[in-house]
Amino acid sequence: MIIFGVAILSICFLSGVFFGDLLGHILGINANVGGVGFAMLMLILLVEYLKKKDKLNKQTQEGLAFWSGMYIPIVIAMSAQQNVVAALNGGFLAIIAGVVVVVISWAVVPLLSKGGQVEILEMDVNGGEQGVRHIR
Amino acid sequence: MLDILGNLLQNNGLIVAFAIVGLTMYLSYFISNKLTRGRIHGSAIAITLGLVLAYIGGVVTGGEKGLSDITLFSGIGLMGGGMLRDFAIVATSFGANFSEIKKAGVNGVLSLFVGVVLSFVVGVIIALAFGYRDAISLTTIGAGTATYIVGPVTGSAIGASSEVITLSIAAGLVKSILTMIGTPFIAKYIGLNNPRTAMVYGGIMGTTSGVAGGLAATDPKLVPYGAVTATFYTGLGCLLAPSVLFLLTKAVFA
Repeated sequence: MIIFGVAILSICFLSGVFFGDLLGHILGINANVGGVGFAMLMLILLVEYLKKKDKLNKQTQEGLAFWSGMYIPIVIAMSAQQNVVAALNGGFLAIIAGVVVVVISWAVVPLLSKGGQVEILEMDVNGGEQGVRHIR
Repeated sequence: MLDILGNLLQNNGLIVAFAIVGLTMYLSYFISNKLTRGRIHGSAIAITLGLVLAYIGGVVTGGEKGLSDITLFSGIGLMGGGMLRDFAIVATSFGANFSEIKKAGVNGVLSLFVGVVLSFVVGVIIALAFGYRDAISLTTIGAGTATYIVGPVTGSAIGASSEVITLSIAAGLVKSILTMIGTPFIAKYIGLNNPRTAMVYGGIMGTTSGVAGGLAATDPKLVPYGAVTATFYTGLGCLLAPSVLFLLTKAVFA
């Protein structure tokens, strides 16, 4: 059933975020430390395990695929509620700091990612049908 | 008539948001295909349109939450809010490959530390150039250059003025927005077309919304890899900035 997939996702999400909160609490900072990251790792491992045991039928997978496909629309809704006015009114310092840090970070990315083979992935497309690859 | 329609839209906010976002995406993919011949990805256009709507919403209402401050569009706030966003980010890892994550693991963790420290240093240098000399303000602006969450968390932890905290949030917002828009354009120049680089990218840039949005517009398959590192960044920043990085800044500028 579709709800099984959604429930698997929810349980991974809740336990990951709980773990992140707990870690933040232990470290003494009032923040969630990597909760979503833990949840993602849990989901990847759980899906791999269930697939191996052949316990993940097509409908269950659809429950997961739906939310994966809703990701881009949700990001668009997220961008529509950013405080763009404040970012632009934040003055020259904020704009320069933001732009400079992004440009320098871009330059650093190849330095850290080199060494690995560059391969184009061929696997299930997240985002369903709209997951068109960026052309050029 | 108008009353009935207004009530209908207000009472069904989330559904209205689905319709608005769907229409925005349709329009964006239409523009992408017809006007740019697919050169600019539809989701990049859609994200930019979203930001434009957020700007309009902010100007009209004077609020902080973009379009969702307009009552009719409040459902956008729910759809794009933290809960559904994180839920959908986790869902993208369905289809990600664990062996790829393991391969990029070491570089991913390294990139996190490099990313936080690099952003911090850049922020401090720019704050210095603008005449800030006290360690508290320098640290807060440096932290804000990491992400717009690390900035205020650090600022309130070490007692920065609200003006400086606002600046730190603004710097983080500019970073996030530029990452969302710029990633698809810069991707080919920095080899951003594989899981390994995407994980490094998430660790270096760190802004979850910026990385996830930018990767979605570049190649949706890369989103889970970038997101898995980026989600650790804010936590690491909140850990390092008010402690080690603040003490170092204090030692240098005392």
